[in-house]
Amino acid sequence: MERSDMARVITVTSGKGGVGKTTTTANIGVALAKRGLRVVVIDGDIGLRNLDVVMGLENRVVYNLLHVIRGTVDAERALIRDKRVDGLMMLAADQHSEKDDVSADEMVQVCDALRASFDYVIVDSPAGIEQGFRNALAPADLVIVIATPEVSSVRDADRVIGLVEAAGKPTPRLILNRIKANMVARGDMMDTEDVLDILRIELLGVVPEDEAILAATNRGEPVALDGTTHSGRAFANIAARLEGENVPLLPLEAAPQGLLNRLSGFFRSVDHDAEGRGGAA
Amino acid sequence: MTFLGRLLGREGIAKSSGKVAKERLKFVLEYDRARLTPAQLEEIRDEIISVISRHVDIADRGVEVTLEEGGRLVAEISLSDRQIAGNVRVSKR
Repeated sequence: MERSDMARVITVTSGKGGVGKTTTTANIGVALAKRGLRVVVIDGDIGLRNLDVVMGLENRVVYNLLHVIRGTVDAERALIRDKRVDGLMMLAADQHSEKDDVSADEMVQVCDALRASFDYVIVDSPAGIEQGFRNALAPADLVIVIATPEVSSVRDADRVIGLVEAAGKPTPRLILNRIKANMVARGDMMDTEDVLDILRIELLGVVPEDEAILAATNRGEPVALDGTTHSGRAFANIAARLEGENVPLLPLEAAPQGLLNRLSGFFRSVDHDAEGRGGAA
Repeated sequence: MTFLGRLLGREGIAKSSGKVAKERLKFVLEYDRARLTPAQLEEIRDEIISVISRHVDIADRGVEVTLEEGGRLVAEISLSDRQIAGNVRVSKR
């Protein structure tokens, strides 16, 4: 992919809270930086700062986004360098202000000022569709929508996709998060195709539910730092796709199919067939 | 459900919860995307009843308005037995 000398601004959003926006932001940032790119991740969740702890940089926050906006310090002084990966920086949110203390124009100005020094500016949007979301959306060249395979999350994602398009931004790309292969295999979870069939946007990646993510977050070490975990590989693939590479999806490692599983799966399909013919269920 | 299927402790006729989730999502998103609520549909139904009733006799609960996939608003109107038998006169206002 031809690289311009100006960064691409990516906003990570979801509508619904708790689906993994911040963790995804941190890990995409790490995965892109590991490819040798210059990346800054910005915590757009003003008043509920969290990107710093997910990245394990909480002890080094002196200045934050609001200081930069108010002109207290230059952006360079507020950025925290992640010493584990070359080229990765973080800009924290202010913990004691509110979303309305920042305007969309101010977010655009801050991101624009960072474009010349980075390849990627990644903004972690707060949950919801109010001012904080609109601020995070304003500077975006590309929006990534995170959804988990649940009714509430996909419904909110659909709403957010509509709002992003209404704001004149390109159609977002989807990351399907926390998919559980064993639940999909037994029919108790919507799979990637189900969600794509409903949302009808381009898929950027699928991240499996992985205990390694929780353990890594406990330590403040984004899982993408360690490329050996399943989820870490998923984030590396997402970074590659952002860079224009055509990387196939990782196979969801389904639970091993024992004889009983296969047998009951067979009976289940027979039953479904009968249901289809009978009409009423 | 087969005996063996029951023995294996799997749900038989019941839909898998993943399928149920997808169907519920499709339903709720049709309303979301069309910016309609089930309550508005009720209102539309009532007005259709009052208009159609000026011309024909409608069965009790004879009007069903549903929002279908792809944004199709469908009104299904069942005439009353009296109307079908031909022994009803509707006064046109």
